[in-house]
Amino acid sequence: MALALFIIFGVLCVAGALNLLFQRHPINSALSLVVVMMALAVIYWTLGAEFLAAAQVIVYSGAIMVLFTFVIMLLNAGEEERTTGSKAAYFVGIPGVAGIIALLTYIFLHEKAALGYARLGGSLDTATSNISEISRVLFTDLLLPFEVTSILILVAILGAVVLARREQ
Amino acid sequence: MVPIAYYLILAAVLFSIGIGSFLIKRNIITIFMSIELMLNAVNLTFVAFAHQWKLIHGQIFVFFVMVVAAAEAAVGLAIIIAIFRTRQTLNVDNINLMKN
Amino acid sequence: MPQLSDFHLFLVITLLKIVVVLVITLTAVAYTVLLERKVIGRIQNRWGPSRVGPFGLLQPLADGIKLFLKEDLMPLAVERPLFVISPMIALACALVSIAVVPFGAVHTVHGVDIFQIADINIGLLVILGITSIGVYGIALSGWSSNNKYSLLGSLRASAQVISYELALGLSLVGVVLRAGSLRLRDIVDSQSAHGLLSWNIIGGLQIVGFFIYLMAAYAETNRAPFDLPEAESELVAGYHTEYSSMKFAMFFMAEYANMITVSCVATLLFFGGATSPFGHMFDATGPAWLSMVMPVFWFVFKVFCFLFLYIWVRSTLPRFRYDQLMAFGWKFLLPLAMLNIIATSLALAYHG
Repeated sequence: MALALFIIFGVLCVAGALNLLFQRHPINSALSLVVVMMALAVIYWTLGAEFLAAAQVIVYSGAIMVLFTFVIMLLNAGEEERTTGSKAAYFVGIPGVAGIIALLTYIFLHEKAALGYARLGGSLDTATSNISEISRVLFTDLLLPFEVTSILILVAILGAVVLARREQ
Repeated sequence: MVPIAYYLILAAVLFSIGIGSFLIKRNIITIFMSIELMLNAVNLTFVAFAHQWKLIHGQIFVFFVMVVAAAEAAVGLAIIIAIFRTRQTLNVDNINLMKN
Repeated sequence: MPQLSDFHLFLVITLLKIVVVLVITLTAVAYTVLLERKVIGRIQNRWGPSRVGPFGLLQPLADGIKLFLKEDLMPLAVERPLFVISPMIALACALVSIAVVPFGAVHTVHGVDIFQIADINIGLLVILGITSIGVYGIALSGWSSNNKYSLLGSLRASAQVISYELALGLSLVGVVLRAGSLRLRDIVDSQSAHGLLSWNIIGGLQIVGFFIYLMAAYAETNRAPFDLPEAESELVAGYHTEYSSMKFAMFFMAEYANMITVSCVATLLFFGGATSPFGHMFDATGPAWLSMVMPVFWFVFKVFCFLFLYIWVRSTLPRFRYDQLMAFGWKFLLPLAMLNIIATSLALAYHG
């Protein structure tokens, strides 16, 4: 059951990511990225991170990717044309990426037993819910980083407004 | 029972596809999207390790990554709009005013 | 008949629940359309549909047949796959949220709660997430139509939905703070003690939160007075200009299904869900089946009141201008929602 879920959504993830790579039109790429994010949300849930699963859907697919599609629609971005500048990327990039996958896969499979197994929906502690645990740590031990993030967001809002405003 | 290693391999594959499309894609918006894909892959590793160590901190890190990604997307897309307004293109090869 | 295992029993009952709820929701959607036409008709001093069946009650059926039999036009310049898939996204997202809504008291048959499809401990977040996915249906339909009115409509819609989602989410925080849980059953239970007096809108002093939720919900569902994405006078029909036949019907159904979902959420969060306004006063009276049916009755009654309010507002208020809409969302509702959170948490900290 857990393995079936993992395989279905893992394959969906990889297929979505590959589609992002192969589609020419940015809006198709954006939609395949949405598929990847939704599938990842399910995988988070199988790992017992239900709050992150919800946050992934709301923040990533519901806000960030909508913003992307919005900008694509706003700028009316067409199909991308392949130019010569990407030649080097093909020759160096693809073997390099294949190397990274091979190396990481080898390491992870080698350490498979040491890494252990995942329990389906296995929350960290069944008695307390995932969300209350996260919020307890977030608002006690990690209060300062949390507050700093809010300042970061404020700066980002101001920056976005200044950048996107039409020159007077 | 799924080995944690499988989750990590999935994350590695997603991350590599992210790198690949970052290198190959020529549209600046798609390049930006591949960065998001890489961030997602890293998030998956964090969640998998949080599950393995039975610690909540990995999940909180992912939460912070999401927040920063949202801020980054807002600023990044604003920059893209500004570039498009001045250069009328989204192709990174045509944005080479400083090069020649 | 061979004995079914627990898992199979669970599967069968759940599928049955899904089918029943889906049929009821779609019927409710059809009759909400009729209700809207009737009520608006009366408000504008005319009859509304009255020819098909007694009091026009078969009008939804006639509309359905008409939409089914119409020719399905596919304009030449559209992005075909996205054009086809976007009404499906819109309708699916509108219908899926019903799955987490508890519409009756807890009543188990073979260990399965029959008045709720899925009892999820993050039910509220699930509803918010599905709502936020729903915007893709509108955004993509406008873009793929390859028509400037549609594109303008969908740009307006996505900007509006993203902006009002913030106010919507923040307005619910007060309720969640009071209940201490995101599970919808827990939220309903937290308001069930003294009937009317313990509902969040009255006893919980969440009337400000309710006001913000109501405004944001009108904007989220693209209904009047915030129906800028489909403003007839400016944009022909907005994002669904190019759609016809069943694809148009899907958008139409999605809009009304969204209304129903939003009304369900408002009922659950602010009006005590399936609890009676009289509290436990009449619990002991009446036969057993009554105590099973009454909660469902109260739930449906509250949802009906909300739908009526929706229609009433539509026929009363004029449409906002776009800059007014954005200013209202960002400069008024958002700060108000934050103040509401601060006030609620201070009150909770002071009392408990």
